[in-house]
Amino acid sequence: MLVIDNLKARVGGKDVLKGLNLTINAGEVHAIMGPNGSGKSTLAQVLAGRDGYEVTGGSVTYQSRDLLALAPEERAREGVFLAFQYPVEIPGVNNVYLLKAGLNAIRKHRGEPEVDAFEFLALVREKMKLMQMDESFLNRAVNEGFSGGEKKRNEILQMAILEPKLALLDETDSGLDIDALRVVANGVNSLRRPDRAIVMVTHYQRLLDYIEPDHVHVLSGGRILKSGDKSLALELESRGYDWVKEDPAAA
Amino acid sequence: MASNPQNETLEALVGQKYRHGFVTDIESDTVPPGLDEDVVRLISRKKNEPEFMLEWRLQAFRHWLTMKEPHWAHLRVAPIDYQAISYYSAPKSKDDAPKSLEEVDPKLLETYDKLGIPLHERARLAGVAVDAVFDSVSVATTFKERLSKAGVIFCSFSEAVHKHPGLIEKYLGSVVPHTDNYFAALNSAVFSDGSFVFVPKGVRCPMELSTYFRINAAKTGQFERTLIVAEEGASVSYLEGCTAPMRDENQLHAAVVELVALDNAQIKYSTVQNWYPGDENGRGGIYNFVTKRGECRGANSRISWTQVETGSAITWKYPSCVLTGDNSVGEFYSVAVANNYQQADTGTKMIHIGRNTRSTIVSKGISAGHGQNSYRGLVKILPNAIDARNYTQCDSLLMGDQCGAHTFPYMEVRTPTAIVEHEATTSKIGDDQLFYCLSRGISAEDAVNMIVNGFCKAVFKELPMEFAVEAQNLLAVSLEGSVG
Repeated sequence: MLVIDNLKARVGGKDVLKGLNLTINAGEVHAIMGPNGSGKSTLAQVLAGRDGYEVTGGSVTYQSRDLLALAPEERAREGVFLAFQYPVEIPGVNNVYLLKAGLNAIRKHRGEPEVDAFEFLALVREKMKLMQMDESFLNRAVNEGFSGGEKKRNEILQMAILEPKLALLDETDSGLDIDALRVVANGVNSLRRPDRAIVMVTHYQRLLDYIEPDHVHVLSGGRILKSGDKSLALELESRGYDWVKEDPAAA
Repeated sequence: MASNPQNETLEALVGQKYRHGFVTDIESDTVPPGLDEDVVRLISRKKNEPEFMLEWRLQAFRHWLTMKEPHWAHLRVAPIDYQAISYYSAPKSKDDAPKSLEEVDPKLLETYDKLGIPLHERARLAGVAVDAVFDSVSVATTFKERLSKAGVIFCSFSEAVHKHPGLIEKYLGSVVPHTDNYFAALNSAVFSDGSFVFVPKGVRCPMELSTYFRINAAKTGQFERTLIVAEEGASVSYLEGCTAPMRDENQLHAAVVELVALDNAQIKYSTVQNWYPGDENGRGGIYNFVTKRGECRGANSRISWTQVETGSAITWKYPSCVLTGDNSVGEFYSVAVANNYQQADTGTKMIHIGRNTRSTIVSKGISAGHGQNSYRGLVKILPNAIDARNYTQCDSLLMGDQCGAHTFPYMEVRTPTAIVEHEATTSKIGDDQLFYCLSRGISAEDAVNMIVNGFCKAVFKELPMEFAVEAQNLLAVSLEGSVG
């Protein structure tokens, strides 16, 4: 589904990704772990197409297409979804309205009819139950006055509604207490499907107790240094990141 | 990334043009440019006015000659040559004013159709009566009969001068005297038409009233006058809209609006202003110098101004409330946009005179391109206005880094029991807000509209339902391509 080949990218004049290789197949859940500043979030932003992240080399192929040639909204319409680490507030814009606009843009792109307000509301209500969100979310502005946990739940709610093929979760566990983490993880788990890939970017192993990855990668210095199964995450938890960097076999 | 798809989309949108910029090719009766007492007399004669009107005009003209153009606003205005303007232009008709819609020149009906303001019986906006003012004269007023059954007078100002001279003499200039300011004095001398609304005691006007102003002729000014009187316990909601063709030269628009609310009366006045703003280099556009004021003359009365200002090269406008009656309420909700080289200096005055008077000001300024947007507001609480309250909220939204937002709040409080609150914010449309929307599949254009509409929500919800959508669309057109 996604093939990243020797990807290099710079942010603010600094090289952050320095030749990253990664292959992700449909139905898989990947965890990308690494110390602060290793390039985890940069990778997520580059894949989503954020301005200011300059690709200086390599390629990204998504469903046999050149992902980097697509505008961010086109990527979204092709099924790429980014759950933000810091979801932004948009005062005065209704949360549901934004979601409906997004869903309809995506449906239109796929040649499907747009959903009307009633259908959409029914869909949102169903998904809100999954995320244990109360009715007041329907009337609130996008992320305005949301707690950290509410913002993250809202991101997964959006994912549940937009039904992406490739979901990138950027530090979705950060700022969550244990109850909120469980809700968010349950939400993500319920969205695992054979035709959908999920990439989680995280600093801590904690999230992986709830969402079990098929593959774990250690990102450091802008490269994937080591890949393995979920046992790698446990090893990282007990030994820290430094041993990977020192492991000659990793390079 | 080597190329920036976000910016490319946005740049493609910049080319959007003013949609009402066409000219109607119609034969006009236009007086030569220039202004002196003879022109004032000529206008009065053309309108076949009673003596008192001519006297009133001449008095205003003589006073105007002694006044100086004001320059205190945060505006750069090219010098206006008052002798180069034609002060009267009317579409030529066979006889006098048309008696019914069937007699109105089809070209005029077509013009309003094109503007989305159908005047034909069948296509009329449901529940809205329209007075259409074309250059200097009113060409049609709809739903007159239905309104008159309810006792409501809604007609052109010229007609009111003939049919209801008593009311005109009583109320004209009673809120904005001809001595008020330079542009109000000029308007008083040369105003040609406008709308008159009278809602008698105890009557709720059964439908929305609306006047649609259109400047068509070149090198003319439009000077209209609107007077709305709501007697005891009466209520009315009124909306004005305005557009003009695209021309290279600046055209002057100096209107006066007076509102009078007696005991327990309510007037809601909404404006969707879309005069031609000039091109992207700042050439042409309307100079909009307008005096709007309402007096809550009676106890428990309420006057509410809502304005969406997207047009004009220059906007100089401060819809105000004089809160004379005890417990009266004044409100001002404003969205003002300054894009390209537009300049707006707009705000309000709330003058608290009566006891327990309350006022609310919500101002949303949007600056884009090289636009300069100033909020200027005065809250004045006089010694007798015991327990008066004011709440002011001024928010500015900046798009790009070439534009400016300025706030000039003035407060004069002479009552110890008064409570005055002022909140102000300035924000930028964030790249992160935009990217958030894009990453949900929403186009850049829709995303900007969504964010801007969210910013303006507090004002849009005050607009009559029929026009809230129009206002949103207008805003979308005015700001297309201004983020990048």
